[in-house]
Amino acid sequence: MVTINGIQNDAGGETLLEYLTRAGYDPEQVAVEQNEKIVPKSQYDQTIFADGDVIEVVSFVGGG
Amino acid sequence: MNPFPTKEELSAALAARCTKQLQGKLQSSVIAVCGLGGLGSNIAVCLARAGIGKLILIDFDRVDISNLHRQQYKASQIGMYKTEALAANLLEISPYLNLTLHPAQIQKENISLLLSDADIICEAFDRAEMKAMLVNGVLEDLPDAYLIAASGMAGLGSGNEIKTKKISDHFYLCGDGKSDVADTPGLLSSRVMLCAAHQAHMALRILAGQFDC
Repeated sequence: MVTINGIQNDAGGETLLEYLTRAGYDPEQVAVEQNEKIVPKSQYDQTIFADGDVIEVVSFVGGG
Repeated sequence: MNPFPTKEELSAALAARCTKQLQGKLQSSVIAVCGLGGLGSNIAVCLARAGIGKLILIDFDRVDISNLHRQQYKASQIGMYKTEALAANLLEISPYLNLTLHPAQIQKENISLLLSDADIICEAFDRAEMKAMLVNGVLEDLPDAYLIAASGMAGLGSGNEIKTKKISDHFYLCGDGKSDVADTPGLLSSRVMLCAAHQAHMALRILAGQFDC
C-alpha cells in the first residue's frame, strides 16, 4: 500500500506517470514528492511506487 | 515636515516592534519574489515593511490598468515595468532596502542563475504550469532554499479557507488549494492579499526559527 496525499492507495507497482494519468492530473501542473524528495519530471515514467511510500501530489490551480 | 529617517533610526524603530535579535535576522536575509502581480507585489510590500534586508524581484511584465484592482501599483505607473514600479514604491516604504531587479521571465534553465542567492523563495505566478515549473526547478536545483508557493486564492470563498501547509522540510504551500481563477468570477484583492500575507508570514516565521505552519 502507498499513501498518496494522506490516503492509503493500492498503487504499488505503478509508475508515477501511470498514476497521474489514471487519477486525472495534468503532469505539467503538478509537483510530486516521494518520501519527501522531489521527483524530477523527467523521471515520472520511470518512478515506481514501492510499498510503504509516502507520496505528495501538489496540483496547482491558476491565479496570483 | 519631519526629517527623513536615517538608516539607524529606521532599524531602531523596527527593532522596537519585534526585538533587536529578530530584526537582525530579517535585516540580513535575502528573499526572492517570483512574479510581481497580486501575490508578489503584496508579499514584497509586507516583507519590505517588516524590515527584510534584500529582495530579489522578478517579473517580465508591465503595469496594466487592470492590475490596480489588487496589485501594489499606482495609476501613475501604468506602462512601467513592474520591477521598476514596485521598486520605487518599496523604497518609499523602506528607503534602505537592497533590491535586485530582474525584468525577465523565469524558465527552468535560469532558476539557479536568478535565485541562488535567496534564503527564501516566494512563488507568486498566476499560471498553474508556471507554478509547477518553478516549484519543481527550485526543489531540484536549490534544495537548501525555503520555498513558499501558492495555489488557490481566487473568488469570494471564505477567507478562512486560505491556509499554509508544510509539504516537506523546505516546501510550504499557501492558499485553499482549489479555487482556480478560471472557475470563479475572478481574483479579489482581499482574498489574494490573505494568501500573500500567509506567504510573507511563513517567510518571517522561518527567519525567526519557527518552521511549522
